[in-house]
Amino acid sequence: MTVFIIRRLVQSGFVLLVTSILVFLGVYAIGNPIEILVPADASQAEIAQAVQSLGLDRPLWQQYLTFLGNALHGDLGRSFVFNQPSISLIFERLPATLELAFIALMLSLVVGIPLGVLSGLKAGSRFDRTVMTGSILGFSLPNFWQGMMLIMIFSVMLGWLPSTGRGATGEILGLHTSLATWDGFTHLILPAINLSLFNVSLIIRLTRSGMRETLPLDFVKFARAKGLTERRVIFVHVLKTILIPIVTVIGMEFGSLIAFATVTETIFAWPGVGKLIIDSIMRLDRPVIVAYLLIVVAMFIVINLVVDILYSVLDPRVRLSDA
Amino acid sequence: MSDAVIARKPLLGDGILAQALRGILDSKAATLAAIACLVLVAVAILAPWIAPQDPYDLASLSIMDGRLPPGSESMDGWTYWLGTDAQGRDMLSAMLYGLRTSLGVGVLSGLFALAVGTTLGLVAAYFGGRIDTLVMRVVDLMLGFPTILVALMMLAVLGQGVGKVILALVVVQWAYFARAVRAAALVERGKEYVEAAQCLGLSKARILFSHLLPNCLPPVIVIGTIQVAHAIAAEATLSFLGIGLPITEPSLGLLIANGYQVLLAGLYWISVFPGLLLLALIFSINIVGDRLREALNPRLQK
Repeated sequence: MTVFIIRRLVQSGFVLLVTSILVFLGVYAIGNPIEILVPADASQAEIAQAVQSLGLDRPLWQQYLTFLGNALHGDLGRSFVFNQPSISLIFERLPATLELAFIALMLSLVVGIPLGVLSGLKAGSRFDRTVMTGSILGFSLPNFWQGMMLIMIFSVMLGWLPSTGRGATGEILGLHTSLATWDGFTHLILPAINLSLFNVSLIIRLTRSGMRETLPLDFVKFARAKGLTERRVIFVHVLKTILIPIVTVIGMEFGSLIAFATVTETIFAWPGVGKLIIDSIMRLDRPVIVAYLLIVVAMFIVINLVVDILYSVLDPRVRLSDA
Repeated sequence: MSDAVIARKPLLGDGILAQALRGILDSKAATLAAIACLVLVAVAILAPWIAPQDPYDLASLSIMDGRLPPGSESMDGWTYWLGTDAQGRDMLSAMLYGLRTSLGVGVLSGLFALAVGTTLGLVAAYFGGRIDTLVMRVVDLMLGFPTILVALMMLAVLGQGVGKVILALVVVQWAYFARAVRAAALVERGKEYVEAAQCLGLSKARILFSHLLPNCLPPVIVIGTIQVAHAIAAEATLSFLGIGLPITEPSLGLLIANGYQVLLAGLYWISVFPGLLLLALIFSINIVGDRLREALNPRLQK
């Protein structure tokens, strides 16, 4: 187990290093941010001075080494646009994104698992077919368009919910969250639904196929033969078994929720890292792009590692050897 | 040649297609979805001939006709059934051209990913050892990151463009093919017909592509269908975010992005109709793919 974790950590460090080189090279090889950052009527001298103060005149490998050295000190460069350390810019906005992703994840579990269980129990019934077709629809709905339709229906036509922005936040147990205020809560509903819909479909399908594979097994027959109530058989014995793959997927999906939050945040003007990265790509704000990509890749590596470890803890049948 | 007989012993290529077709025809929903797919493909191919207007011929646009709701009449007397956008472009025509772009990008990137992934999967399974380890490590790495994130990273680095979007989509999709084909090929590799082909001294390329490949087709067909739907959705998303296709190649995603600007002003038709078309396209491909998955799944066959 220790060997496994150490090996995975070394591997992860390597992936991160390669990513940093690729991202840095790619991002710094395209476009010329000077054209955007210096006013159109700037003189040659002003441009030269700006290039020098931003370090854009040095060879690329020198820029990378400086960047890497600074990165190891937690300094990922200053945003050209905000003139603020890019890493603090990202950590400022990360909580909003994490909150959104977490709520979306909870929503997909609360809706997805019961629907999946019922579908699996009544496989082939009208209910099952409706839920399954609905889940294909959920997979097929382009995330961004579905968000726009939510805004159109619930904000523009019905006027029930605010269309964009985050709303007021309050403090619960030391965490700043939108859930603490009514205003924040109403602003959170549409983005959370938008982000969760794809995962609801995924969890429905996983739970349903888990049910169908588990129900014919001997231990279920045995539990029934023992005279346990159907409710206890399903909710304790069967559900416990099918939760293992679901937990793994949830871990992975939390990562993709953060990635997909770029779309949701762009539509709902949610002030998180996803909106920041899109804005930065548009403005060629390189330090922010590099910092975002590195931090997100690092988060993914950690999530994948935790999922692997969790998997082996939950299911002793899996042995961690070489991964 | 005798190897033709050997190669044809298990499921044949056309046998698989027949099986797939039967699977689709068995289900009413899948049949309808397949017909819808065919109609959409036909409409996309024929767009330049059936569209009422060439939406990118600026001379034929009239700004006076801008933002007309569905069913309005144009200045010269014909009807805009689905309304017009801010530039006075007929939405129906713009959608037909957009469908063409979306489908083209989706199918092309799906096919390239299929070619790359299938080849690597077959090679990994056949040669095993280090090559296998290397390919599968990269596959695991790729599958560990969500599609949209990797595509976003690549396009942030490469910039916009049709070729770049296709490249990014291939990079994020090949691993799905490679993993599935490798799994199928590992099973096939140990069978006698492969050994027989080896004994005949056939070239490795020939064994891989004309002997192993035909028997690994079921997962390729299923994943290929689903990945085309994914590619179309991913392209639309990237274009919506403004980092996918350039404005000169308007796909359905870009049309919807244009509509987003004016949605709050109540001009719903500019984003609703292209979105519905995109949904219909992705939904019907997914229904067919879902049906194929069941029909071609060896575990579910009697």
